Amino acid sequence: MTRGLRGLGLTFALAGCHGTQSMTEGAGLQGVQFSNLFTLFSAVTGFFYLLVIVGLIGGLILRPRDDRAAVGEKAAGVGFLTWLGGVLLGLTALTVASYVADRNVAAATPAHPPLEVQVTGNQWWWDVTYRNADTGQELHTANELHLPVGVPVRLTLNSNDVIHSFWVPALGGKQDLIPGRTNIITLLPTRTGIYRGQCAEFCGAQHAHMAIDVTIEPRDAFRRWWAAGLAPAVPPTNPLAQAGYQFVMTRQCASCHTISGTPASGRVGPDLTHLASRRSIGAGTFPMTRGHLFAWVADPQGAKRGNQMPYVGLDADQLRAVVAYLEGLK
Amino acid sequence: MSLPVRFDGDLADLPTHGFGPRSLTWWGIVGFMVVEGMFFALLFAAYFFILDKEQTWPPQPYAPPALLAGTVFTMLIVLTEIPNAVIKRAAERFDLRTVRKGLVVMSLLPLPLFVLRGFEFASLNVLWTDNAYGSIQWALLLTHTIHLITDWGDTAVLTALMFTEHGKEANRFVDTSENAAYWRFVWASWLIVYLLIYWVPRWLT
Amino acid sequence: MSEIARDGETLKGAELEERLTRTWSRAPGLWGWITTVDHKEIGRRYIWTAMTFMVLGGILAAVMRAQLARPESGLISADRYNQIFTMHGTTMMFLFAVPVMEAIAIYIIPLMVGTRNIAFPRLNAFSYWTYLFGALLLWVGFILNIGPDAGWFMYTPLSGPQFSPGKRTDIWAQMITFTEVAGIAVAVELTATILKFRAPGMSLGKMPLFVWAILVTSIMIILSLPSVALASAMLLSDRLIGTQFFNAFEHGDALLWQHLFWFFAHPEVYIIFLPATGFVSQIVETFTGRRVFAYPAMVLALVATGFLSFGVWVHHMFATGLPRLGYDFYTASSMAVAIPAAIQIFCWIATIWLGRPRFTVPFLYVIAFIVTFVIGGLSGVMVASVPMDLELHDTYFVVAHFHYVLIGGAVFPLLGAITYWFPKFSGRMLSEGLGKAAFWLVVVGFNVAFFPMHLTCMLGMPRRVYTYPANMGWNGLNLLSSLGAVVIWLGGLIFIANVFLALRRPRGAAANPWGGSSLEWATDSPPPPYNFAHQPIATGHTPLWDVTDVLPVMTGLRVDDREQLITTAIEAVPDIRYPSPEPTPWPLLSAIALAALFIGSIFTPWAVVIGTVPLAIGFIAWFWPKSPPSKEPVIE
Ligand code: HEA
Ligand code: HEA
Ligand code: HEC
Ligand code: CUA
Ligand SMILES: [Cu+2]
Repeated sequence: MTRGLRGLGLTFALAGCHGTQSMTEGAGLQGVQFSNLFTLFSAVTGFFYLLVIVGLIGGLILRPRDDRAAVGEKAAGVGFLTWLGGVLLGLTALTVASYVADRNVAAATPAHPPLEVQVTGNQWWWDVTYRNADTGQELHTANELHLPVGVPVRLTLNSNDVIHSFWVPALGGKQDLIPGRTNIITLLPTRTGIYRGQCAEFCGAQHAHMAIDVTIEPRDAFRRWWAAGLAPAVPPTNPLAQAGYQFVMTRQCASCHTISGTPASGRVGPDLTHLASRRSIGAGTFPMTRGHLFAWVADPQGAKRGNQMPYVGLDADQLRAVVAYLEGLK
Repeated sequence: MSLPVRFDGDLADLPTHGFGPRSLTWWGIVGFMVVEGMFFALLFAAYFFILDKEQTWPPQPYAPPALLAGTVFTMLIVLTEIPNAVIKRAAERFDLRTVRKGLVVMSLLPLPLFVLRGFEFASLNVLWTDNAYGSIQWALLLTHTIHLITDWGDTAVLTALMFTEHGKEANRFVDTSENAAYWRFVWASWLIVYLLIYWVPRWLT
Repeated sequence: MSEIARDGETLKGAELEERLTRTWSRAPGLWGWITTVDHKEIGRRYIWTAMTFMVLGGILAAVMRAQLARPESGLISADRYNQIFTMHGTTMMFLFAVPVMEAIAIYIIPLMVGTRNIAFPRLNAFSYWTYLFGALLLWVGFILNIGPDAGWFMYTPLSGPQFSPGKRTDIWAQMITFTEVAGIAVAVELTATILKFRAPGMSLGKMPLFVWAILVTSIMIILSLPSVALASAMLLSDRLIGTQFFNAFEHGDALLWQHLFWFFAHPEVYIIFLPATGFVSQIVETFTGRRVFAYPAMVLALVATGFLSFGVWVHHMFATGLPRLGYDFYTASSMAVAIPAAIQIFCWIATIWLGRPRFTVPFLYVIAFIVTFVIGGLSGVMVASVPMDLELHDTYFVVAHFHYVLIGGAVFPLLGAITYWFPKFSGRMLSEGLGKAAFWLVVVGFNVAFFPMHLTCMLGMPRRVYTYPANMGWNGLNLLSSLGAVVIWLGGLIFIANVFLALRRPRGAAANPWGGSSLEWATDSPPPPYNFAHQPIATGHTPLWDVTDVLPVMTGLRVDDREQLITTAIEAVPDIRYPSPEPTPWPLLSAIALAALFIGSIFTPWAVVIGTVPLAIGFIAWFWPKSPPSKEPVIE
């Protein structure tokens, strides 16, 4: 069944550049548990559904003879008790299976895993901080997660405004980000790949455009990524990008965005330090291409109407410069 | 009637009124008491839900409400049960004179209660806008006040009615008896509200 | 007392009916229409209004499905879409599903228990007007582009003062208050009617299953609606006068809202579902010609469902980060709800086995009900499991689940019930041919529209998204869902056409066209204003089948005054003759005063203070007796 589901997922979701959002991937502990449970539930509930339909059809086409009415009544009584017993058994099995799945997850994920990530929800993007005892080693990024395969990771979930919900279907599990509360979800990625997650709690106008890119990779690739992420932003080299740098630092951009190694240190919008190494723009709204960067900076209110980034007036030259700079933020 | 009928008994001798669960009024009143009781119960649940998150209750630096007005109010409202019980029993005896006198008393007694209630709001030591603690304290007190006002309105109208010729109808005595039952609910629910507003913050500071 | 006219040997037949008509009729014309307190007129009005809102909700669904048919569709903006799905959910749940169930009960229950009017008929009129005003408030707001946009469960803080400025949410919350007042009033009326106005002989253990369903539902309403009333009051006061109930930064808590809301809204789904099971029981009984199998078990199932439904609200909040211990408890209790459902399903099927089914339109809807509702019930069991729900929550799986249970479990029985009772409502039969055409389109269209949603969910589609990227693999399935919705609407249009065509034909339906067993079939179609000329007696569970040719009745109620029989709550022994209220305009005027107060309060809190005055005047005038004291016992 799990494989069947995965097949279904593949036929429909030929993983595009967005990464797949299918539940059938089973790329994390919860996802695998879910797939197994789903198989079990489908089998049990399917069986009972079959009973209902067979019983119904039988009742509609078969007619007991009159002289057997009393017998029928008795048989129905026996059938009733049998049915009730079966249902109780079925429900107990499903409850126990859920309990076991839940405990399996709890048992396989330590309370204090080696990797701790703080995820903060904003209307409508994700702020991500990889925690480290040494704050100098803390990594800031946005709208993306890189996770080492086979390593449990503990996500601390908060929100700066309304309720959001963290959900990466392939990893499995879902947890709300609630202002004033701290929620924890511990994940254990089991397969490498590129996946997509999406905010699952309605959070206002652009709830539809609040995705997160998840890359599950081998440990050393992950370590390389972290190390690269700690580096300050690449200074612009060509004149165009330098003009863009000037613009970003002197105009509103810097008051909302952080670009480490530069004066820009705003916290209203996503960290842009390594923007160009990310897979998408605007929390999964556009793929990361030059054309889409143009589109975003020129008119942030275009496709993602209502988001918190205002239109900043730029002429064509300025636009080209800014994009050239942003493109260089590998 | 589209079916032929067979007469099987006559109802003409039945009475036209009855007290307690026999009467429709009782069921209506009980229905609305359950609704309001549920409302209060949920409000209490919300109170404890908010309390549960706090280190101290009331949260720092607020002081618990001052006791005087609320306590006097409580004693007075419990005492109103005396005329209330008299009315209820008189109504069930169809004793119109006692009912009339009692109802006048019960229409006037809430007036000092309202004055005290005003002082209670002033003694909460917190505003509803300050924090969730303040909000829930005000909500409790205000909800009960609305309760008090509506029942007082009922009683006043009933009093006027009992002084007219309608006061002689049997079903008006049923109404009187049920109105008295409702008043019991008003003061009984207050006792819990009183504990929550005044005493729980004292026990948990 | 001999001058008092009563029915009996000396007064029966045409003369009695003529005099009863005079006593129980309302005034003619508009004035009579406004002042009537006849449960049948108000019930009919309620049904029309609720069905109108279903069509409006359906039109909104059409717009949503049009938008979702293609990826990256620019048909409507995010803001519009969010208003539309909020309005769709709100309209369907608060303005259609709950009211329509109460509406049918308002019409049918007094007839089914064999009495002349509902208890508290003026309150009944009042509740209709309140409901209507609340509904209009919401829809007028929507048309003026101030429709609510934070989802039908309005989670704080998104719906709070900071993130939903403007009046949108206030309108939503105040509409809730209106419908709560109306809903609670009707629930109290129905409870009192069922417990005090039953025909002599109809002890609790002999009530038709629909009456049981409504009794349980009404009690559930009484216990659950205060919760949403409290929640919406808190939300309004947070928004309008600055309380901090849901503001986490002032010690409030966003989750308080969710607890209060679901403590109401979970029972609510059974408030919608249980009356539908009542329809199913009546229809199955009539069209198999047999009492429903295992009546005590059915009653027990109804009561158990009502009881359990108050213990599972948290299953809507599994992702909010509850303590693990709670998980197991709520999984188990949610699954336990499947037991009474399993009992009911079995009993209906057993009844079909033991009886002789007649494949009329109402019965077809019952078959469709079983086939579809069980799918929804089983997907409900899936989401009741915490590890499953943490993946499926807030996806199209849940959308599929609740449309299967709401449409399969409540709308199909409702369409069946409307067809079944249509002759009673209107004196005319619906066409079987058109009925069957509508039936097939609705049922097939429904499954085409909603089954694919289970798969879109598997591919990761969350709910409440106004659009989705093209490369997610969701395109084909969404298009299929939209096409299915088109088929539903075709069926819906035929259903509506069937109703209007029937209404143009002359009356002529027999009193008991289907051969039903319960008392509503003992009187004409449609019933006269007084329902029954004589007080009927219930001799058994199926009163009209138990007596073959003559109906036993009791006599002696007054004919010159609106008099009803009160019986004892459990055994239904005749106890009191009770005067039923006369028509009056005051419920309408009070409802107008109440509406002014509620709507005004959105703009200034002072409206609550000022608005109390006209409201109090309305209520006093309503309750003040206007006729001279009755001739009967006056205490000197
Ligand atoms: C008529 C309305 C109705 C009904 C009857 C039900 C019935 C059930 N519902 Fe449903 N539900 C809704 C309306 C309804 N629901 C709505 C509107 C929502 C979403 C609200 C929103 O988020 O907008 C919702 C959401 C919802 C959730 C939250 C999902 C989420 O948001 O993540 C859950 C979780 O437990 C749930 C569970 C159940 C269960 C266990 C039943 C059970 O009562 C089902 C019982 C019936 C059966 C099981 C079938 C018959 C039985 C058998 C054939 C016996 C054999 C079975 C077994 C052995 C398994 N429902
Ligand atoms: C009783 C309740 C009920 C009913 C009957 C329906 C009926 C339908 N619903 Fe609804 N739905 C809800 C309750 C209901 N829904 C709720 C509570 C939500 C959650 C909202 C939220 O998230 O806040 C929801 C959400 C919801 C969504 C998810 C939106 C989202 O998450 O983004 C969708 C999407 O397809 C949908 C579709 C439909 C469709 C196609 C129908 C069709 O079955 C409708 C068919 C209509 C009729 C049968 C009426 C009669 C129509 C005619 C006679 C035709 C005349 C009109 C035209 C020709 C246009 N509904
Ligand atoms: C008022 C604050 C504000 C200003 C000024 C602002 N931004 Fe933004 N920016 C945001 C926010 C908030 C987002 C996230 C929007 C979303 O996805 O919902 C964002 C997103 C972005 C993104 C996409 C990041 C990602 O990871 O998806 C880029 C690139 C960007 N801004 C560049 C700029 C540039 C260049 C300027 C100046 C010309 C600028 N911003 C000015 C707030 C701002
Ligand atoms: Cu964030 Cu939805
Ligand atoms: Cu539920």
